[in-house]
Amino acid sequence: MSVQQQSGEHGSVASRPREQWSGQWGFILSAIGSAVGLGNIWRFPGVAYENGGGAFLIPYLIALVTAGIPILFLDYAIGHRFRGSSPTAFRRLGGKAGKWLESLGWFQVWICIIIAVYYAAVVAWAASYFTFSFDLRWGDDTAGFFFGEFLQTSDPGFSSQFVPAVLIPLVLVWVAVLAVLGSGIAKGVQRANVIFLPLLVVAFLILVVRALFLDGAMTGLDALFTPDFSALSDPSVWIAAYSQIFFSLSIAFGIMITYSSYRNRKANVTAPALVVAFANSSFEIIAGIGVFATLGFFAFQQGVGVNELEGITGVSLSFVTFPAIVSQMPGGPFFGILFFGSLVMAGFTSLLSVLQVVSSAFQDKFGITARQASIRVGVALATVSVLLFSTTTGVITLDTVDQWANNIGIVGAAIASTILVIWVFRKGPELAAHLNSVSTFKVGRLWQLLVGVLAPAVLLYMLIQRIIVLVTEGYEGYPLWYLAIAGWGTIAVILIGAITMTALRWKHDPDDFTPWPSAQALKELSK
Amino acid sequence: MSGIAITFFVIAAVLVWGGLIASIIFLARKPQLDVYPEGSELVSDDD
Repeated sequence: MSVQQQSGEHGSVASRPREQWSGQWGFILSAIGSAVGLGNIWRFPGVAYENGGGAFLIPYLIALVTAGIPILFLDYAIGHRFRGSSPTAFRRLGGKAGKWLESLGWFQVWICIIIAVYYAAVVAWAASYFTFSFDLRWGDDTAGFFFGEFLQTSDPGFSSQFVPAVLIPLVLVWVAVLAVLGSGIAKGVQRANVIFLPLLVVAFLILVVRALFLDGAMTGLDALFTPDFSALSDPSVWIAAYSQIFFSLSIAFGIMITYSSYRNRKANVTAPALVVAFANSSFEIIAGIGVFATLGFFAFQQGVGVNELEGITGVSLSFVTFPAIVSQMPGGPFFGILFFGSLVMAGFTSLLSVLQVVSSAFQDKFGITARQASIRVGVALATVSVLLFSTTTGVITLDTVDQWANNIGIVGAAIASTILVIWVFRKGPELAAHLNSVSTFKVGRLWQLLVGVLAPAVLLYMLIQRIIVLVTEGYEGYPLWYLAIAGWGTIAVILIGAITMTALRWKHDPDDFTPWPSAQALKELSK
Repeated sequence: MSGIAITFFVIAAVLVWGGLIASIIFLARKPQLDVYPEGSELVSDDD
């Protein structure tokens, strides 16, 4: 009897073979497409600048090597060894006594559900601004245009007044992303990444080269790369570095577990992970150069220093500051098209990966196809997304939900998974041996130490610090009742969703599975 | 750009972009293992 037969149809919980990437590079491009998202473009440059400039690179690289890559290896190991979506993989990892560990997988899936419904809205904004770039429709008052004319923002709350300019592109984004998801892994997700990732890199490189020749560009780069060594003694700078690496790599919320579960059993796991991690950081450095060369030009035009500029990260950077710069720049429309086109492509491939986590989990649990998951689950999520984020309160809801889903949800999931996997279920040696049994880059006790001790310690500090701030200071001055619903309510939804989904019956027995290599073979290899 | 800014840019480029190039070369030279553990003959390459 082959391992496939022993393990219940290729290790899948469905009654058909598990889908696969068409090859090593298809997987790598898709994983990079997931990691390289909006945060690489609009978060890294500002975070680096505000946390020591060039000196930030020291904690950033240390965080990459000591936390980012080790947790990426952990995700890949879980997905590859236990060959399933996040709930399936965690349930199998837990074994007979730990079937409840499935709930951790569903916790990650619900984080992805929450992120997907608002992330799609940001991609829709970027798509709108892509078209606005042709005639610089935002005019002179870019903040007024974005929050007023475009989003028609009202006070915090839950409005039922829809904004057609957001609703229409949002529906189109959902149609596109669900069409890709419904086509499956190789013909859908991989194909989209193989097209969009190279296009994104080319478009962004053209943008960077153009930015480097603008007046004041070198002043901007000087501001980004000049080190402030005193920042290295500030713990918050180190936390910022670990946060940046952590949120940027798409780790600990199911994406990399899901993606690696679609690799063949003999696939090299760790070496491609190194390519993915360094590619993600490489793009961040490129983004830093492009963004700060452009901000240098803006400061030059305004006759101020780069340190006097406002709105250099996040939504403000992309939808307020950048449009203002584009308006002042020679060949501005072309620059805007490249910038917002890059945002759309980076956001779209990341959104695909977030939704693949959801699709894969529902396929496994209910024995449905990718197309069925795309239609049934995807349409439900699209409806919620439209109802919440295409209204006049959409941007405030998005901002609040994002804050809680990331800083409480993902960080909490990461702490839970590292502690449960390494300390409670003591799977560190088995997963390390699994990685070494199929990979060309070997891991040892140091990896287990980093994943089991350093990573949860840093993440726990981040979580406690954030909870204290959110409880004592609130967020962005929004009313407490609103934060209780949109913020803490988000965490409640994730928890209730995880418990509910775990309690539901499986279509096919997920425990009819035999991992390869066997635990015995791994023990012998480890001797 | 000042000398120190250029220095830190070069350090970033060498470590991060160099890391990417090194990891690609490492993977390209040895994309997979020569020998797999027991039972590998039962696992097809395309499983």
